[in-house]
Amino acid sequence: MQAIKTEHLRKEYRDVTAVEDLNLQVAQGELFSLLGVNGAGKTTTIRMLSCLSRPTSGEALLGGKSIVRDTAAVKAMIGVSPQETAVAPNLTVKENLELMCGVHGFSKEKSRQKVTALSAQFGLDAVLKKKAGRLSGGWQRRLSIAMALISEPQILFLDEPTLGLDVLARSDLWDAIRALKGAITIILTTHYMEEAEALSDRIGIMKDGRLLTTGTAEELKQLAGKDKFEDAFVAIVKEDAT
Amino acid sequence: MKLLAFSGRTAKEILRDPLNLAFGIGFPVVLLLLLSAIQANIPVSLFEIQQLAPGIAVFGLAFFTLFSATLVARDRESAFLARLYTTPLTALDFILGYLLPLLPLALLQSLVCYGVAIILGLPVTGNILYAAALMLPAALFFLSTGLLCGSVLNVKQVGAVCGALFTNLTAWLSGTWFDLNLVGGVFRRIAHALPFVHAVELERAALRGSVSTLAPHLFWVLGYAAAATGLAVGLFLRQMKRQ
Repeated sequence: MQAIKTEHLRKEYRDVTAVEDLNLQVAQGELFSLLGVNGAGKTTTIRMLSCLSRPTSGEALLGGKSIVRDTAAVKAMIGVSPQETAVAPNLTVKENLELMCGVHGFSKEKSRQKVTALSAQFGLDAVLKKKAGRLSGGWQRRLSIAMALISEPQILFLDEPTLGLDVLARSDLWDAIRALKGAITIILTTHYMEEAEALSDRIGIMKDGRLLTTGTAEELKQLAGKDKFEDAFVAIVKEDAT
Repeated sequence: MKLLAFSGRTAKEILRDPLNLAFGIGFPVVLLLLLSAIQANIPVSLFEIQQLAPGIAVFGLAFFTLFSATLVARDRESAFLARLYTTPLTALDFILGYLLPLLPLALLQSLVCYGVAIILGLPVTGNILYAAALMLPAALFFLSTGLLCGSVLNVKQVGAVCGALFTNLTAWLSGTWFDLNLVGGVFRRIAHALPFVHAVELERAALRGSVSTLAPHLFWVLGYAAAATGLAVGLFLRQMKRQ
């Protein structure tokens, strides 16, 4: 079954077309990466799919629900970890998680269970009482993803989750993301080649608002006739320019 | 429940910032002490405690405009609001969640001001509670202005507009620091067309227990509070839609 299906999705900002004629299908439980350089349209795509931005035209169905006509149902099934860490800086890690439980209307008991479970899953126990604003970038990202998972989403959007992290923090976060694979559908945007290759079931390459191609990392390497994924990405993007 | 969770977060963010406490509570109190000390050495009728305390209490509210505007602007910039827009929180939850928890804090600040004023010689009467209660419309005006500014400005702009410009406007045009009649002319007319001097005069009338003179000032402040709240809601919804 398809978790996400987009049909001719398009977003224009005045005279700029940020996303153009996007047709995409993502299967349930799949980790699909949108890969592209800055300005490729990855974040705009995520913003439309998570009902933060209304498409200029076209349609997308998440779990069969329209992002245009049925935003409440879509919001109920998604979790979003934005590009910015998006945590409440003066609240502790525990309070940030409790806040997300509260805005989803969870009971006290359910909130306690969710905070305990997600703290364990993301290794947040050691920093539960620390203010989120005082955490390192890596810890803030972990917290951000944990906050996105509070509502037990069927689909999780991770927008540039490892942006600005050092190698070790990135590796830790990759492990956390890998642990989620299969259980929920994940849409991840990144401009790191190795990240897309290491984590994704399939990858979509975007450029100038258009989806150039999709496939597994191996399929994309074969398509471009390259041994390295980075070379394949460059070849696919450059070929489109010529 | 959802509104409660978001309101609690707003209150915590404001109360846990030491700069907010320093400016929100400390600065008005210091001003009160300083100007009272001046009054003790060089008596000026404007700085008599019955006149001064209401002015400082209203001036203190201007910092709440800065606090609320900074919080909203920072939530927008850090994508924290964008994250919350993907949750079941409604537009009303957001607006009330930013405004409601700050109203009691603003009233608490006024009570602290009047508490210090009592130590400095303000007669203890029931009118103080009356004055504190009548601070509500002014508090709503200042908080709504904060929501309004936070909805359209970034954090840096909020610092300049609310931190520098708005606090100075509140000070100059409130009749707290100098008698507006001494300046007269256009300046006085502008001051009386704005809510700051009316908020101060409303408090002074309440402290005196002068029911007959407070009505026109109350209407001015209520009018500005309603207008600022309406505009703030409109602009917040606009930026929410744009998000």
